[in-house]
Amino acid sequence: MEQVIANGLYLGAQYALIALGLTLIFALMNVLNFAHGQMYVLGGFITYTVYGQLGLPFVVALLASGVTLAVIGALMEKFLFRTVIRRSHREESTMLLAAATAFFFDAVILLLFGEKQRGVPKIVKGVFNEAGIIMPYDRMVVGVLAIVFIAAFVLYMQYSRVGRAMRALAQDRVAAQLMGVRVDRYSMIGFAMGAMLAGVVGGLLVTITGVNSGIGGPISIKAFLMVMIGGAGVVGGAIAGGFILGMMESVGLTVLREYGDITYLVIFAALMVFLSIRPNGLMGKPWG
Amino acid sequence: MINRRSTLKSMALGAVSTLALAALGISSAQAENKELKIGFVGVTSGPAAAWGTSNVRSMQTRAAWINETGGVKIGNDTYKINIVTFDDQKDPKRAIAGMEKMAQEGVHYVVGPNVDDGAAAVRPVAEANGIIYFPYAFPKALYQKPASNAVLGMIANYQSGPAIYKYLKENKGVKKIAFVAANESDPLSQRDSGVEAAKALGLEVVAQNDTYQNDTRDFTPVLTPIVALKPDLLVLSGVAPANAPLLIRAARELGYEGLISTETAQDAKVLEEGAGEYANGFISVGGASTPEIASDAMKEFVARYTKMFGEYNDESNTKVYALEYIIETLKANPAAINDVAEFKKTMDTFSAPNPFLKGDAKLSYVGMTSFGQKRQLSVPMVVNEYKDGAFQTLFVGSVD
Repeated sequence: MEQVIANGLYLGAQYALIALGLTLIFALMNVLNFAHGQMYVLGGFITYTVYGQLGLPFVVALLASGVTLAVIGALMEKFLFRTVIRRSHREESTMLLAAATAFFFDAVILLLFGEKQRGVPKIVKGVFNEAGIIMPYDRMVVGVLAIVFIAAFVLYMQYSRVGRAMRALAQDRVAAQLMGVRVDRYSMIGFAMGAMLAGVVGGLLVTITGVNSGIGGPISIKAFLMVMIGGAGVVGGAIAGGFILGMMESVGLTVLREYGDITYLVIFAALMVFLSIRPNGLMGKPWG
Repeated sequence: MINRRSTLKSMALGAVSTLALAALGISSAQAENKELKIGFVGVTSGPAAAWGTSNVRSMQTRAAWINETGGVKIGNDTYKINIVTFDDQKDPKRAIAGMEKMAQEGVHYVVGPNVDDGAAAVRPVAEANGIIYFPYAFPKALYQKPASNAVLGMIANYQSGPAIYKYLKENKGVKKIAFVAANESDPLSQRDSGVEAAKALGLEVVAQNDTYQNDTRDFTPVLTPIVALKPDLLVLSGVAPANAPLLIRAARELGYEGLISTETAQDAKVLEEGAGEYANGFISVGGASTPEIASDAMKEFVARYTKMFGEYNDESNTKVYALEYIIETLKANPAAINDVAEFKKTMDTFSAPNPFLKGDAKLSYVGMTSFGQKRQLSVPMVVNEYKDGAFQTLFVGSVD
């Protein structure tokens, strides 16, 4: 059981970090970013290229992933989403745009990086094996880094000027604008941060799970699942959703293994019941 | 006197003459070099893109090679090979659309689809339109009578699995075996036939219900309970090349010390990057590129593929064969070029030198034991063991 809990906590930390960027973009702009998984994949491939192929330090690779995705996110907001939000009165226009960018990224990534699964050398070797728990050291490092990133993100959103402005935007866009918050500027920063988070977590996890060009869609779906559990647009909700999903997976795969692959069936069934009781997820409204 | 009108008339006449000459040139070129269209319907995007991409790239590499050397002579005509491709995205509905497209383009020979449901879905279209297709899918119904248009392009797991388990039982002392498969039709059916084969050999099956979502990225929770059962052999049934290194790595990191095998083709580079030294000893089924058996032609194919696409894919060791079989069979009976009934007749007696293997190996159609008719390409059943970034031949088997 110790191993099951350890697996669940590790998965949870990893999932929470994946969901953060998605929920940030949703909170700020009411955009369901279907390309979140593809951004994660791109971040993974950038780390693969810089660290795995060019042999530069892992930190440099992680920075390259984060910065590249931040720039891509900022450009997407400025030239695509801002324009569509301004011109279209239909909310689904942004969803269609997000879906289109997801397909576009899928195709570009396949062209640039090929169809093969890619991996990089482990950042830390060795396996922890004590008290009934087996955990490779690199997973422990990634788990700790994920928690550090999550904490830094929460603190940044809570106490920095930019964070406060973005929270104000998420709570009430018009009121924030009337109070002097520059909506365009902070929307762009928020989108860039969301994309950067996707890139960083992609770069971080390429050391554990590798990356391939086709996993963007499934990653997005899992991130949506976490956001739905926790409550769309709520940072705490995304974190809670990540840990809940991680723990459910870990426990389900152990307890239900004799019945075949019904873990996700059970998770989806539970989610349907849960959403019918709490349609806004665990934590309700954005930044509440 | 030259006026504007006569100038325009002259220009128009000149343009028409040029177009006519160009058209004549094209038609005479066509007369010299006929075109043979060979289709591909399979998955070249999404998580399973590696399966179809290695297929289509193998075909494109071989076709470019043939075309570069003047084309292929079939009967009295010389043909350039044109590969017509369709990405079915691993979706049976799109596979049907792809096969319909092939029919509309007059293609009679199609490589693919890559998975069971796609291969089953295209059967009515292929049979109605006179198309012979070469799936990489294992359901026996596709190859047994009354079906007759599908030809299995590789070794099926129910052919390689028993051979591998028997070898490991006799040579490595395997007694306890565990299976894990993705929750999809191909891996699950491969797992079921693997379990059946293992039981028939008297092996103790300690796990057979464990499955995972194909998009799983972290396999530690999946493998934790299986590793605790301490099997001697862990079989990754129908594992996708993208998942194999992740499963191997998770098992080894959890302390698993037994053997790991699969009946699907894998790629050494992917294993090296994804699992490193943990992948040493991993057993899989390959084709024709291990140094022990690869001919000079196979080595040239690998070089050309690498030059064309930047990196070779070891899955192509098997997938190099389908186009070769189609061309060689058409050479043996040129009447089959537009008549698949002639192709089927030729399959029963066809034999040609295998250019990709050393020695006097032959290309021929097999499948009598498994399907009751010759509806399978005879490709070498090379069982490989991964070691430090490359495959080494463990043993070579065959199918009749």
